Amino acid sequence: MTDGTPTRTQAQFASSHTAELTPSLVGATYSHRDIGLSDEQVRAMYRLMLLQRRFEEAAAKAYGERKISGFLHLYIGQEAVSTAAEFAIRPDDYVISAYRDHGIALARGVSARACMAELFGKVTGCSRGKGGSMHYFSKEHNFLGGHGIVGGQIPIGTGVAWAIKYRGEERVCLTFMGDGAVAQGVFHESLNMAMLWRLPVVYIIENNEYGMGTAVSRAHATPDLARRALAYGMPSAQIDGMNVFEVYRGVKEAVERARREHMPSLLEVKTYRYRGHSMSDPGTYRTKEEVEAHRKRDPIVNLRHYMLEAGLATEADLEAIEREVRAEIEDAVAFAESSPLPPIESLYEDVYTDPDYPFLA
Amino acid sequence: MAIMEFREAIRLAMIEEMERDERVFLMGEEVGLYDGAYKVSKGMLERFGPMRVVDTPISEAGFAGIGIGAAMVGLRPIIEFMTWNFSLVAMDQLVNHAASILYMSGGQFPIPIVFRGPNGAAGQLGATHSRSLEATYAHWPGLKVVTPSTPADAKGLLKSAIRDDNPVLVLESELMYSMKGEVPEDPDFLIPLGVGEIKRPGRDVTVVAHSKSYHLARMAAQELEKDGIDVEIIDPRTIRPLDIDLIVSSVKKTNRLVIIDECAPFGGVASEIAYQVQLRAFDYLDAPIVRITTKDTPAPYAKNLYEYWMPRLDEAIEAIKKVLYR
Repeated sequence: MTDGTPTRTQAQFASSHTAELTPSLVGATYSHRDIGLSDEQVRAMYRLMLLQRRFEEAAAKAYGERKISGFLHLYIGQEAVSTAAEFAIRPDDYVISAYRDHGIALARGVSARACMAELFGKVTGCSRGKGGSMHYFSKEHNFLGGHGIVGGQIPIGTGVAWAIKYRGEERVCLTFMGDGAVAQGVFHESLNMAMLWRLPVVYIIENNEYGMGTAVSRAHATPDLARRALAYGMPSAQIDGMNVFEVYRGVKEAVERARREHMPSLLEVKTYRYRGHSMSDPGTYRTKEEVEAHRKRDPIVNLRHYMLEAGLATEADLEAIEREVRAEIEDAVAFAESSPLPPIESLYEDVYTDPDYPFLA
Repeated sequence: MAIMEFREAIRLAMIEEMERDERVFLMGEEVGLYDGAYKVSKGMLERFGPMRVVDTPISEAGFAGIGIGAAMVGLRPIIEFMTWNFSLVAMDQLVNHAASILYMSGGQFPIPIVFRGPNGAAGQLGATHSRSLEATYAHWPGLKVVTPSTPADAKGLLKSAIRDDNPVLVLESELMYSMKGEVPEDPDFLIPLGVGEIKRPGRDVTVVAHSKSYHLARMAAQELEKDGIDVEIIDPRTIRPLDIDLIVSSVKKTNRLVIIDECAPFGGVASEIAYQVQLRAFDYLDAPIVRITTKDTPAPYAKNLYEYWMPRLDEAIEAIKKVLYR
């Protein structure tokens, strides 16, 4: 998609993308090499998706055991989006997300230990126990959070892109959001200014079909969310989010456009979350059949079949990866459990940068 | 020292800081081509160009958030609200994001940003354009709130705000923009945030007043001088952090306190100061603390109602006499 294919414009939108949704990686019309991915990268993608899945399964278990509290919004089912996006950018690019942020932080390279410890509210967590599930941050990884107000991160990501342009850098800011955020006013304000000022931002809507318990079709007058870009003349695409290669192609193209032309993009990635909105949500607004239909297109199983078919791995190789990932997660849980809670004095730390700020009682 | 208008002092502070530090830029509605809705940024677009003096659409939440994002990765934005009333559209960005990100990130992401613009009632503008929001924003840990009362304070405080690594809100009283005063021209003239000032020493009664209310206190003090009443005026200058020690030491001297404040009375700045003073100096008080604020209603339009609604000279004088039992 980056090899001389003309930049997509809104006029090309309607025909080009929905039709491209492919049911499976197996039997796709192109291979990973055709889109510039090495065998090693594909194996790494698989491992990264599996890491996110096992991490969240462990998190759900710990939540059930009341070892962790707060809200816990699981990402299970959406792992291809975070993973492919990470492979389409560079470490010095920026990523900002909403509250369903575990998978995105892990994809950025934040350790499973730091992520798990944050859920346990431990001082060793990626936000020193001050943020929790919805507020992961890692400056080291250019991961700017973890934001708990629906849509609140969209102008902030736009501002990061503003800073990139201000300094004349060749970097990009990926701004993730859920489908629910598209109805917020700041979504429109941000897209307007990003296009007006040609900012290097890629907006990624992870359309998992429900904003909490409300289906997209019940919340949006035009449920094809990528079409919102038409109002701003912004390039856009609708992408199959259960197909890691499709997400990679789409994000890569948008990222190049942002980097080279300072042109923003809006990507609607069609994905699905298997679990409820959060741990307190049994998800009864969906039928079992609906969830099962999506599970049949599972992005991890999908890639697994592809790797076997393409000879990138044997069953034994995949089992070895599975063992490795499980060990990493077990280690993360043990680390989180054995880490200390933040000291009480830290309550007053980092409200301001001033170490001597005079708080009033 | 030079004599200049309040608006010129603010402009000078911004120009000096933008020349000193290329990470500083100004963004907001009409700040560029139009020279600022109140002409605060006059000539700055020509001087710094459109990347550093940035006109925005009417999208308060959007450009407040853009400023926060830019600050997260190392720039030092000054975001102008055409009036603080409009900041309420962006309140999520100020409170949930600017005030919280440093804390939620465990100290990883300071937000060095200034939000500034005109605050409070400026005549008969009705309820949506007349709010004084210093108490509203001072409520939230993570934000600093600054309320200058003179051109010199405006310059010194704004420069400190721009150099501060935290989100600082500078609330400029709309009716003070053309007020003139002496302003130091030293580019390193800074007034530290959180340090109040005894603006008029006196022995009989302490009056705490900030921003435009300071000038009302001054008029009251002049009137009462005729009756032999010696008023001490404390201008906290910064609402958060609040220089409560200065206020308390004054009350320990005069034993009486009146607070004048254009916020709504319920949960206002005056209420917080009254609480802090009774906690720290209860035994020194010779009379109940009295507060003068806007009345407990939205701002009315009609001239007579509006004038009654605002803190008034006659009620300030009456309050001061009351705490003196005169």
